[in-house]
Amino acid sequence: MSKDIIQVENLVKKFGALAAVDDISFTIAPGEIFGFLGPNGAGKTTTINILCTLARPTSGKATVNGFDVVHQQGMVRQSIGLVFQDPSLDERLSGLQNLRFHALVYNIPRSVREKRIEEMLQMVELWDKRHNEVRTYSGGMKRRLELARGLLHSPKVLFLDEPTLGLDPQTRQRIWEYILDLRQRKGTTVFLTTHYMDEAEKADRIAIIDHGKLVAIDTPAGLKRLVGKDIVSLKTDDNVRAGEELKGRYQIESRRDGDGLVFEVASGEEFLPIFIKEFGTRILSVNLRRPSLDTVFLKLTGRDIREEEVTDVLKAMVRQHGRRTRR
Amino acid sequence: MKNLLGIYTIWYRDLLRFWHDKMRMVSSVVFPLLFLFVFGSGLSARMGLLGPGINFSQFMFPGIIGMTVLMSSFASGVSIVWDREFGFLKEVLVAPVSRATVATGKAFGGATVALIQGTLTLAFSPLIGVSLTPLKILQLLPLMLLLATAMASMGILLATRIRSMEAFQAVMQMLMFPMTFLSGVFFPLQGLPAWMDFLTKINPATYGIAPIREVMLGTLPGSPFAVTLFGHVMTLWENIGVMAGFGAIMLVLAMWSFSHQE
Repeated sequence: MSKDIIQVENLVKKFGALAAVDDISFTIAPGEIFGFLGPNGAGKTTTINILCTLARPTSGKATVNGFDVVHQQGMVRQSIGLVFQDPSLDERLSGLQNLRFHALVYNIPRSVREKRIEEMLQMVELWDKRHNEVRTYSGGMKRRLELARGLLHSPKVLFLDEPTLGLDPQTRQRIWEYILDLRQRKGTTVFLTTHYMDEAEKADRIAIIDHGKLVAIDTPAGLKRLVGKDIVSLKTDDNVRAGEELKGRYQIESRRDGDGLVFEVASGEEFLPIFIKEFGTRILSVNLRRPSLDTVFLKLTGRDIREEEVTDVLKAMVRQHGRRTRR
Repeated sequence: MKNLLGIYTIWYRDLLRFWHDKMRMVSSVVFPLLFLFVFGSGLSARMGLLGPGINFSQFMFPGIIGMTVLMSSFASGVSIVWDREFGFLKEVLVAPVSRATVATGKAFGGATVALIQGTLTLAFSPLIGVSLTPLKILQLLPLMLLLATAMASMGILLATRIRSMEAFQAVMQMLMFPMTFLSGVFFPLQGLPAWMDFLTKINPATYGIAPIREVMLGTLPGSPFAVTLFGHVMTLWENIGVMAGFGAIMLVLAMWSFSHQE
């Protein structure tokens, strides 16, 4: 158990009478990509804030890289890198100066400092823009710079709080390439919150939090199995005979759907190859549909994750706008 | 060692930002000059001499230097509110340096910027007819730094508790203007009404302005510009002592307050 990079035990955070985080426990193994999902206000950000020492838990215990988040804050902070939901760059300084600042406060040895900075800036393709003030960067460039900064001190755990919110698809894909590449090369653990289901799919395991409580924690496939079976659509020469064969051989009830049949199986990808080989009726076409994470999210929290995403994008836009007019 | 590096980094960033912001550098010098020349020219002839061979402009000059330092350093707290608003504070708060280190770096950063502005303003002394020797400038630097550090710490203390930019600016002005007006910047602190006399004596800035004036205009026995506390004429070192005490309290409070925020 002590091998786990993050350990959370009975963690509680109360704001007055309200428990934003209500007795949650989980562990994360090194090198894992851990997705942390939940509706707005479910306790995601509060949990992250506790894990990265920005907030103190009311009770319970959490360790990151073996260090206690309350009593060994300095060691925890040295072990983690962060990309926040909201930008946290100094816009008046250049990209290079932002990274130098980071290198100094994280005590990166002088001998490797400049080399690391260049390596990171090259990775996120901002080396050519390094002398420009950050306020001239686009949203995607800023996020890439933050990613470069979060990784500069080679953290054991990278926290990504909505890392791609409001970014265009190309940038999102680019950022994911960096993250996956990094995990591959360095074995960095990634703790991720996102509203994009295709991103959540990339996680090794997903935890869903609602009203401060963990409602599920499993692999993406496991979660999908939780809410329902895979759906197979089948077209054959003789649908009546096919229906009888399904019932006789597999004890599966099917129903007519247009000119074909529809039935459910527990794990379609294992079932289908065998089924196709041994099925007596001639098959014209077969189609497998699996429940999506959206369905899982909806079922477990009663809310559609995409609605959440829209409100968040709007919020981000309003914030951006507010900043600009203020300047 | 690690803490020193942290203080240095935070301090360096403040200077870098100041250096990037040329307008701020210019405006910080223009504003006090406006006071000096408008008030000075308007009132000098009418007021006559305030001390032996010292006209109103010359009297006011050290006060204006002090005011420049005071306002600039106090306002450095804004940068914390600003950083919070724009997110950069988070980067600082999750960094593996102690909060006390950050607060100290911030205080010295703001103080250094204020010191630079005060020193730039010193360059106008020939226009006013105040003669500055290298020795005097050397003595003035630590005095300005002391005032600046104390006021920057106070600004930071305030910024840790006040979250919105608007509120911070309102509170800052509410404190800064009375502190400036009642510190002997614009008039000698003698023969004031009792209530005003009381306010000037409890104003810490008074003890920061007095030594700057004393050094700049020369130490005179029984100077008309000295601060008198309970019938005792405060010496240079006593003034420095009060200012240092106030500054130390502010810095410790700022460090504490910065460490105990979420």
